Amino acid sequence: MIDRSDFWTVIVVLGIGTYLLRFSFLGFLGNRLLPWWLVRGLRYTAVAVLPALVAPAVLWPPSTGGAPDMARLLAACATVIVGAWTRQMMAAIAVGVAVLFGVQYLA
Amino acid sequence: MVRRGFLRGVADGLPFVIVIVPFAMLFGLLASEAGLHLYEIILFSVVVFAGASQFAALQLLKEHAPVLIILVTALAVNLRMMMYSVALAPHLGQARLRTRAVISYFLVDQSFALASQDYDKRPDQPLAEKVGYFFGAVTPIVPTWTISTIVGALAGRAIPQGYALDFAVPITFLAMTAPMLRTRAHWVAASVSVALTLGLQAMPYGTGLLVAAAAGMIAGAGVESWRARHD
Repeated sequence: MIDRSDFWTVIVVLGIGTYLLRFSFLGFLGNRLLPWWLVRGLRYTAVAVLPALVAPAVLWPPSTGGAPDMARLLAACATVIVGAWTRQMMAAIAVGVAVLFGVQYLA
Repeated sequence: MVRRGFLRGVADGLPFVIVIVPFAMLFGLLASEAGLHLYEIILFSVVVFAGASQFAALQLLKEHAPVLIILVTALAVNLRMMMYSVALAPHLGQARLRTRAVISYFLVDQSFALASQDYDKRPDQPLAEKVGYFFGAVTPIVPTWTISTIVGALAGRAIPQGYALDFAVPITFLAMTAPMLRTRAHWVAASVSVALTLGLQAMPYGTGLLVAAAAGMIAGAGVESWRARHD
Protein backbone atom coordinates (compact mmCIF):
# COMPACT_ATOMS: atom_id res chain seq x y z
CA MET A 1 0.00 0.00 0.00
CA ILE A 2 1.31 3.42 -0.90
CA ASP A 3 1.83 5.72 2.07
CA ARG A 4 -0.50 8.66 1.57
CA SER A 5 1.66 11.34 3.15
CA ASP A 6 4.57 10.22 0.94
CA PHE A 7 2.22 10.25 -2.03
CA TRP A 8 1.00 13.81 -1.54
CA THR A 9 4.48 15.12 -0.82
CA VAL A 10 5.73 13.54 -4.05
CA ILE A 11 2.86 14.88 -6.14
CA VAL A 12 3.19 18.45 -4.87
CA VAL A 13 6.98 18.72 -4.92
CA LEU A 14 7.38 16.80 -8.16
CA GLY A 15 4.65 18.92 -9.77
CA ILE A 16 6.26 22.19 -8.70
CA GLY A 17 9.78 20.99 -9.53
CA THR A 18 8.80 19.75 -12.97
CA TYR A 19 6.99 22.99 -13.70
CA LEU A 20 10.03 25.03 -12.67
CA LEU A 21 12.24 22.94 -14.98
CA ARG A 22 9.90 23.73 -17.86
CA PHE A 23 9.50 27.39 -16.94
CA SER A 24 13.19 27.97 -16.22
CA PHE A 25 14.41 29.40 -19.49
CA LEU A 26 11.10 30.30 -21.09
CA GLY A 27 10.15 32.13 -17.94
CA PHE A 28 13.00 33.94 -16.30
CA LEU A 29 16.34 32.93 -17.68
CA GLY A 30 15.57 33.98 -21.23
CA ASN A 31 18.34 33.55 -23.73
CA ARG A 32 21.10 33.36 -21.19
CA LEU A 33 23.71 30.83 -22.20
CA LEU A 34 24.13 27.69 -20.15
CA PRO A 35 27.58 26.37 -19.40
CA TRP A 36 28.44 23.93 -22.18
CA TRP A 37 28.99 20.97 -19.86
CA LEU A 38 25.50 21.38 -18.43
CA VAL A 39 23.90 21.43 -21.89
CA ARG A 40 25.84 18.33 -22.77
CA GLY A 41 24.88 16.52 -19.59
CA LEU A 42 21.19 17.41 -19.94
CA ARG A 43 21.11 15.79 -23.35
CA TYR A 44 21.84 12.40 -21.78
CA THR A 45 19.61 12.50 -18.70
CA ALA A 46 16.69 10.57 -20.17
CA VAL A 47 18.78 7.78 -21.72
CA ALA A 48 20.80 7.46 -18.52
CA VAL A 49 17.88 7.35 -16.10
CA LEU A 50 15.05 5.49 -17.85
CA PRO A 51 16.74 2.20 -18.82
CA ALA A 52 18.63 2.05 -15.52
CA LEU A 53 15.34 2.34 -13.63
CA VAL A 54 14.04 -0.89 -15.14
CA ALA A 55 17.28 -2.83 -15.68
CA PRO A 56 17.06 -4.72 -12.36
CA ALA A 57 13.48 -5.81 -13.14
CA VAL A 58 14.62 -7.09 -16.54
CA LEU A 59 17.44 -9.18 -15.11
CA TRP A 60 15.89 -10.17 -11.80
CA PRO A 61 12.10 -9.94 -12.18
CA PRO A 62 10.28 -9.70 -8.82
CA SER A 63 7.49 -11.94 -10.13
CA THR A 64 9.86 -14.90 -10.53
CA GLY A 65 11.38 -14.27 -7.13
CA GLY A 66 14.44 -12.69 -8.74
CA ALA A 67 15.42 -15.61 -10.99
CA PRO A 68 16.38 -14.47 -14.51
CA ASP A 69 13.64 -15.32 -16.98
CA MET A 70 14.25 -16.07 -20.66
CA ALA A 71 10.95 -14.60 -21.89
CA ARG A 72 11.52 -11.27 -20.13
CA LEU A 73 15.16 -11.03 -21.23
CA LEU A 74 14.29 -11.69 -24.86
CA ALA A 75 11.34 -9.31 -24.73
CA ALA A 76 13.57 -6.54 -23.36
CA CYS A 77 16.21 -7.12 -26.06
CA ALA A 78 13.58 -7.15 -28.81
CA THR A 79 12.06 -3.92 -27.50
CA VAL A 80 15.40 -2.10 -27.52
CA ILE A 81 16.43 -3.39 -30.96
CA VAL A 82 13.11 -2.56 -32.63
CA GLY A 83 12.89 0.81 -30.90
CA ALA A 84 16.42 1.84 -31.84
CA TRP A 85 15.97 0.60 -35.38
CA THR A 86 12.49 1.93 -36.25
CA ARG A 87 12.46 4.92 -33.84
CA GLN A 88 8.82 4.00 -33.21
CA MET A 89 7.89 3.61 -29.57
CA MET A 90 4.65 1.78 -30.34
CA ALA A 91 6.35 -0.67 -32.70
CA ALA A 92 8.89 -1.42 -29.98
CA ILE A 93 6.16 -2.02 -27.38
CA ALA A 94 4.17 -4.23 -29.75
CA VAL A 95 7.17 -6.41 -30.58
CA GLY A 96 8.28 -6.55 -26.94
CA VAL A 97 4.87 -7.70 -25.74
CA ALA A 98 4.59 -10.20 -28.62
CA VAL A 99 7.97 -11.72 -27.76
CA LEU A 100 7.14 -11.83 -24.04
CA PHE A 101 3.88 -13.70 -24.52
CA GLY A 102 5.20 -15.72 -27.46
CA VAL A 103 8.13 -17.12 -25.51
CA GLN A 104 6.03 -17.68 -22.41
CA TYR A 105 3.49 -19.57 -24.52
CA LEU A 106 6.14 -21.74 -26.21
CA ALA A 107 8.07 -22.47 -23.03
CA MET B 1 -1.82 34.32 -37.38
CA VAL B 2 -2.71 32.61 -34.14
CA ARG B 3 -5.48 30.73 -35.89
CA ARG B 4 -3.37 29.59 -38.81
CA GLY B 5 -0.62 28.33 -36.51
CA PHE B 6 -3.16 26.71 -34.24
CA LEU B 7 -4.77 24.68 -37.02
CA ARG B 8 -1.40 23.57 -38.32
CA GLY B 9 -0.43 22.50 -34.80
CA VAL B 10 -3.62 20.49 -34.29
CA ALA B 11 -3.03 18.64 -37.57
CA ASP B 12 0.56 17.79 -36.57
CA GLY B 13 -0.40 16.84 -33.02
CA LEU B 14 -3.18 14.42 -33.95
CA PRO B 15 -1.00 11.41 -34.86
CA PHE B 16 0.49 11.44 -31.33
CA VAL B 17 -2.90 10.45 -29.97
CA ILE B 18 -2.17 6.85 -31.02
CA VAL B 19 0.92 6.76 -28.81
CA ILE B 20 -0.60 8.56 -25.86
CA VAL B 21 -3.75 6.47 -25.43
CA PRO B 22 -2.07 3.18 -24.44
CA PHE B 23 0.67 4.97 -22.50
CA ALA B 24 -1.76 6.96 -20.37
CA MET B 25 -4.05 3.95 -19.94
CA LEU B 26 -1.15 1.92 -18.66
CA PHE B 27 -0.36 4.60 -16.11
CA GLY B 28 -3.97 4.70 -14.94
CA LEU B 29 -4.03 0.92 -14.76
CA LEU B 30 -0.83 0.54 -12.74
CA ALA B 31 -1.73 3.43 -10.45
CA SER B 32 -5.06 1.87 -9.67
CA GLU B 33 -3.43 -1.53 -9.15
CA ALA B 34 -1.11 0.18 -6.67
CA GLY B 35 -4.19 1.14 -4.68
CA LEU B 36 -4.55 4.81 -5.62
CA HIS B 37 -8.04 6.29 -5.83
CA LEU B 38 -9.34 7.69 -9.09
CA TYR B 39 -9.14 11.31 -7.91
CA GLU B 40 -5.57 10.74 -6.73
CA ILE B 41 -4.61 9.31 -10.11
CA ILE B 42 -6.21 12.21 -11.97
CA LEU B 43 -4.49 14.75 -9.73
CA PHE B 44 -1.18 12.95 -10.20
CA SER B 45 -1.52 13.23 -13.99
CA VAL B 46 -2.75 16.81 -13.96
CA VAL B 47 -0.28 18.21 -11.42
CA VAL B 48 2.85 16.48 -12.71
CA PHE B 49 1.86 16.00 -16.37
CA ALA B 50 5.05 14.14 -17.32
CA GLY B 51 4.43 10.47 -18.09
CA ALA B 52 7.85 8.91 -17.64
CA SER B 53 8.46 10.55 -14.27
CA GLN B 54 4.99 9.52 -13.12
CA PHE B 55 5.78 5.87 -13.87
CA ALA B 56 9.11 6.21 -12.07
CA ALA B 57 7.57 7.90 -9.01
CA LEU B 58 4.75 5.36 -8.88
CA GLN B 59 7.13 2.43 -8.96
CA LEU B 60 9.33 3.87 -6.21
CA LEU B 61 6.29 4.77 -4.09
CA LYS B 62 5.18 1.14 -4.32
CA GLU B 63 8.63 0.03 -3.20
CA HIS B 64 8.42 2.40 -0.21
CA ALA B 65 11.60 4.22 -1.19
CA PRO B 66 12.35 7.36 0.87
CA VAL B 67 10.55 10.46 -0.44
CA LEU B 68 13.80 12.28 -1.13
CA ILE B 69 15.04 9.45 -3.38
CA ILE B 70 11.71 9.35 -5.23
CA LEU B 71 11.83 13.09 -5.85
CA VAL B 72 15.44 13.16 -7.00
CA THR B 73 14.91 10.23 -9.35
CA ALA B 74 11.67 11.54 -10.85
CA LEU B 75 13.08 15.05 -11.25
CA ALA B 76 16.16 13.60 -12.92
CA VAL B 77 13.85 11.93 -15.44
CA ASN B 78 12.39 15.38 -16.13
CA LEU B 79 15.67 17.29 -16.37
CA ARG B 80 15.42 17.03 -20.14
CA MET B 81 12.54 19.50 -19.98
CA MET B 82 14.94 22.19 -18.92
CA MET B 83 16.70 21.56 -22.22
CA TYR B 84 13.38 21.97 -24.04
CA SER B 85 12.91 25.25 -22.21
CA VAL B 86 16.35 26.41 -23.33
CA ALA B 87 15.64 25.41 -26.92
CA LEU B 88 12.28 27.17 -27.19
CA ALA B 89 13.29 30.36 -25.37
CA PRO B 90 14.68 32.05 -28.53
CA HIS B 91 11.37 31.41 -30.32
CA LEU B 92 8.82 32.13 -27.61
CA GLY B 93 10.79 34.34 -25.22
CA GLN B 94 9.10 37.50 -26.51
CA ALA B 95 5.59 36.30 -25.70
CA ARG B 96 3.78 37.73 -22.66
CA LEU B 97 4.81 36.27 -19.33
CA ARG B 98 1.33 34.85 -18.79
CA THR B 99 1.48 33.05 -22.14
CA ARG B 100 4.94 31.68 -21.40
CA ALA B 101 3.74 30.48 -18.00
CA VAL B 102 0.95 28.46 -19.64
CA ILE B 103 3.23 27.20 -22.42
CA SER B 104 5.63 25.94 -19.75
CA TYR B 105 2.97 23.74 -18.19
CA PHE B 106 2.30 22.12 -21.58
CA LEU B 107 5.96 21.64 -22.46
CA VAL B 108 6.16 17.87 -22.90
CA ASP B 109 8.16 15.59 -25.19
CA GLN B 110 5.58 15.69 -27.97
CA SER B 111 4.84 19.41 -27.98
CA PHE B 112 8.54 20.19 -27.82
CA ALA B 113 9.38 17.83 -30.69
CA LEU B 114 6.62 19.28 -32.88
CA ALA B 115 7.25 22.94 -32.08
CA SER B 116 11.01 22.84 -32.48
CA GLN B 117 10.66 21.06 -35.82
CA ASP B 118 8.08 23.55 -37.03
CA TYR B 119 10.04 26.63 -35.92
CA ASP B 120 13.12 25.31 -37.67
CA LYS B 121 11.21 24.62 -40.86
CA ARG B 122 9.45 28.02 -40.85
CA PRO B 123 11.85 30.44 -39.18
CA ASP B 124 10.05 33.50 -40.57
CA GLN B 125 6.65 32.94 -38.99
CA PRO B 126 5.52 35.68 -36.61
CA LEU B 127 5.46 35.14 -32.85
CA ALA B 128 1.66 34.85 -32.79
CA GLU B 129 1.77 31.99 -35.26
CA LYS B 130 4.44 30.19 -33.23
CA VAL B 131 2.36 30.53 -30.08
CA GLY B 132 -0.73 29.38 -31.97
CA TYR B 133 1.15 26.38 -33.31
CA PHE B 134 2.30 25.34 -29.85
CA PHE B 135 -1.19 25.45 -28.40
CA GLY B 136 -2.56 23.69 -31.46
CA ALA B 137 -0.06 20.89 -31.06
CA VAL B 138 -0.99 20.24 -27.42
CA THR B 139 -4.74 20.49 -27.99
CA PRO B 140 -5.23 16.86 -29.12
CA ILE B 141 -2.62 15.62 -26.64
CA VAL B 142 -3.86 16.97 -23.31
CA PRO B 143 -7.46 15.69 -23.23
CA THR B 144 -6.29 12.35 -24.65
CA TRP B 145 -3.76 12.00 -21.87
CA THR B 146 -6.24 12.76 -19.10
CA ILE B 147 -9.17 10.75 -20.47
CA SER B 148 -7.01 7.71 -21.23
CA THR B 149 -5.56 7.83 -17.72
CA ILE B 150 -9.09 7.73 -16.31
CA VAL B 151 -10.11 4.87 -18.64
CA GLY B 152 -7.02 2.91 -17.61
CA ALA B 153 -7.71 3.54 -13.93
CA LEU B 154 -11.29 2.33 -14.25
CA ALA B 155 -10.21 -0.72 -16.26
CA GLY B 156 -7.58 -1.46 -13.60
CA ARG B 157 -10.26 -2.10 -11.01
CA ALA B 158 -11.82 -4.72 -13.26
CA ILE B 159 -8.56 -6.63 -13.75
CA PRO B 160 -7.55 -9.08 -11.01
CA GLN B 161 -4.48 -8.03 -9.00
CA GLY B 162 -1.04 -8.86 -10.32
CA TYR B 163 -2.15 -10.14 -13.70
CA ALA B 164 1.00 -10.20 -15.90
CA LEU B 165 1.42 -6.44 -15.70
CA ASP B 166 4.78 -6.57 -13.95
CA PHE B 167 6.67 -6.31 -17.20
CA ALA B 168 4.62 -3.51 -18.78
CA VAL B 169 6.73 -0.78 -17.22
CA PRO B 170 10.13 -2.21 -18.28
CA ILE B 171 8.90 -2.65 -21.85
CA THR B 172 7.38 0.81 -21.96
CA PHE B 173 10.50 2.48 -20.57
CA LEU B 174 12.80 0.63 -22.94
CA ALA B 175 10.52 1.42 -25.88
CA MET B 176 10.58 5.08 -24.89
CA THR B 177 14.34 5.19 -24.57
CA ALA B 178 15.43 3.14 -27.58
CA PRO B 179 14.36 5.70 -30.20
CA MET B 180 16.43 8.32 -28.34
CA LEU B 181 19.61 6.28 -28.86
CA ARG B 182 20.61 8.28 -31.91
CA THR B 183 24.37 8.53 -31.41
CA ARG B 184 27.18 6.49 -29.95
CA ALA B 185 27.28 8.91 -27.02
CA HIS B 186 23.64 8.08 -26.21
CA TRP B 187 24.40 4.35 -26.29
CA VAL B 188 27.40 4.84 -24.01
CA ALA B 189 25.39 6.93 -21.54
CA ALA B 190 22.66 4.28 -21.38
CA SER B 191 25.06 1.32 -21.14
CA VAL B 192 27.24 2.83 -18.43
CA SER B 193 24.19 3.76 -16.38
CA VAL B 194 22.56 0.32 -16.75
CA ALA B 195 25.78 -1.58 -15.96
CA LEU B 196 26.51 0.52 -12.87
CA THR B 197 22.94 0.28 -11.61
CA LEU B 198 23.14 -3.50 -11.79
CA GLY B 199 26.54 -3.45 -10.12
CA LEU B 200 25.41 -1.10 -7.36
CA GLN B 201 22.25 -3.01 -6.41
CA ALA B 202 23.58 -3.38 -2.89
CA MET B 203 23.37 0.37 -2.29
CA PRO B 204 20.25 1.20 -0.28
CA TYR B 205 16.97 2.63 -1.64
CA GLY B 206 17.90 3.10 -5.25
CA THR B 207 20.78 5.44 -4.48
CA GLY B 208 22.90 3.26 -6.79
CA LEU B 209 20.69 4.36 -9.63
CA LEU B 210 21.46 8.03 -8.99
CA VAL B 211 25.20 7.40 -8.94
CA ALA B 212 24.87 5.29 -12.08
CA ALA B 213 22.75 7.84 -13.93
CA ALA B 214 25.16 10.64 -13.10
CA ALA B 215 28.06 8.51 -14.36
CA GLY B 216 26.07 7.69 -17.50
CA MET B 217 25.45 11.38 -18.21
CA ILE B 218 29.10 12.23 -17.70
CA ALA B 219 30.10 9.32 -19.95
CA GLY B 220 27.71 10.45 -22.69
CA ALA B 221 28.91 14.04 -22.52
CA GLY B 222 32.51 12.79 -22.49
CA VAL B 223 32.04 10.73 -25.63
CA GLU B 224 30.40 13.68 -27.32
CA SER B 225 33.33 15.96 -26.43
CA TRP B 226 35.82 13.34 -27.55
CA ARG B 227 34.09 12.86 -30.88
CA ALA B 228 33.79 16.60 -31.43
CA ARG B 229 37.56 16.83 -31.10
CA HIS B 230 38.43 13.77 -33.22
CA ASP B 231 35.94 13.83 -36.09
